Amino acid sequence: MTDLSRRKLIKSGAVAATGIAGLGVGIGLAKNYGLIPPDCGGIWGVGETLNYAAYRLLTNHSMAREFERSEISAKPLANEMPPLTDEFKTLQAGGFADWRLTVDGMVDRPGAFSLEQLKSYPRRSQITQLACEEGWSYVAEWTGVPLSHVLEVAGIKPKAKYVVYFSIDPDWWDSIDMSDALHPQTYLAYGMNGGDLSVGNGGPLRMRVPRQLGYKNVKFITRLTVTDDLKKFGKGLGSASPEGGYSWFAGV
Amino acid sequence: MGETQSVPQKPAPEAGALSRSANRLLRHTALVRTTHWITASAFLALLVSGIEIVISHPRFYWGENGNVLTPVLFKLPIPSSRSLVPTGYGYVLPDQNGWSRYLHFQSAWLAVLTGFVYVAAGFLSGHFRKNLLPRAEDVSWRALGSSIAGHLRFVQPDAADAGSYNLLQRLTYLFVIFALGPLVIWTGLAMSPAFTSAFPASVTLLGGRQSARTIHFFVAVSLLLFLLVHVGMVWFAGFRSRMRAMITGRIDGPVEDA
Repeated sequence: MTDLSRRKLIKSGAVAATGIAGLGVGIGLAKNYGLIPPDCGGIWGVGETLNYAAYRLLTNHSMAREFERSEISAKPLANEMPPLTDEFKTLQAGGFADWRLTVDGMVDRPGAFSLEQLKSYPRRSQITQLACEEGWSYVAEWTGVPLSHVLEVAGIKPKAKYVVYFSIDPDWWDSIDMSDALHPQTYLAYGMNGGDLSVGNGGPLRMRVPRQLGYKNVKFITRLTVTDDLKKFGKGLGSASPEGGYSWFAGV
Repeated sequence: MGETQSVPQKPAPEAGALSRSANRLLRHTALVRTTHWITASAFLALLVSGIEIVISHPRFYWGENGNVLTPVLFKLPIPSSRSLVPTGYGYVLPDQNGWSRYLHFQSAWLAVLTGFVYVAAGFLSGHFRKNLLPRAEDVSWRALGSSIAGHLRFVQPDAADAGSYNLLQRLTYLFVIFALGPLVIWTGLAMSPAFTSAFPASVTLLGGRQSARTIHFFVAVSLLLFLLVHVGMVWFAGFRSRMRAMITGRIDGPVEDA
């Protein structure tokens, strides 16, 4: 072995060791700051982690774009969805009077809320865009109660990190981190464009997360679970989306 | 060490320059070769995943909003992977958006980070100034005209030019690197509701989300056209020689060619 190649070898070894150590420190820091998404494993983990980490670093206090009343789309598209369950149809026949939103997990006061109760809380509206991962979009006025208010009523425990939300459709559930859950534009939406939220658009109760794409805005919400560990839910990937091949983070 | 043995051990006069050593020329530096192939792989992944994503909604709009209830700017005459979209075909393709979206963003990070390295190194090493900026004697309509005419007549590249790029080639590369590249990144980010919440001007300047999507599509088509012409020109100029140059960096000089 010549001197040159030995020096090269030592040098590249030192560079590799520094790189690995740096990566280790970086991952540790990223975990501490909540920059690692639940679907960080597997072949798509790098891109997904970079997307989510960039989002967390760039947009903690940013607001989704809001529009003028004149920019509201003439028809809010009700896209295709799985057939409604019998349970849903029964509740629909009763005018959703018996619809309940259960709140449990890491909260001081677990409970179940009727739509009437939710509507008695501070009512907020936002004119924002719903964009689907397929490419289409519309703008509507969404009315509801900020999720942060419901979480305040239930009293979240200090160690809570995520809110998992479930649709009445058993195959549809998702989760957001506390930063998104407490964001002022994150609503439990029950109204659209001045009326009740139609079933096609997710009524009677839909999660509205305007800084993320449509599929994060789960329709027909019946349950919220506050947690510090997404591994306990489903396959541990944070939502039904990664189980179906889609990214957990849907901000892009 | 095989490569260094076949080439005379003579340091390049200027780092990054296309330098001449005996009858073997250094056509591409290691940095250019590495970033070239990483970018090429990432672009192919972006292309395939981008096509799959477009198939889920092969309709284009202008302005802020668009969906199957609104008029289109144009639509692609292809079937769709969503039953929601009226295409005129009697079938719906299987949904490929899950992995396509994961792959699209992962490759986008790879392409963008590689692009940053390439552009930073290109400025620092003088690569842009020496190899891509038109030579002083070529800054004229006449030189441009003769370069275009040469390409149209399919004149074989001069062997003496094996160590450098011709005028049209330089202008095209500069356009891809400094116009199409940034534009495809910008219009891509302008479709992200998370990104636009932090930087709303990124989408309002383009006229809205659907305009951003439509521009993104046309820039991608332009990049695909560039790829096809680029590969065609490599074929025409000598596929083996040009491929070897982009892999090993070396190309046969005028002496061997003659």
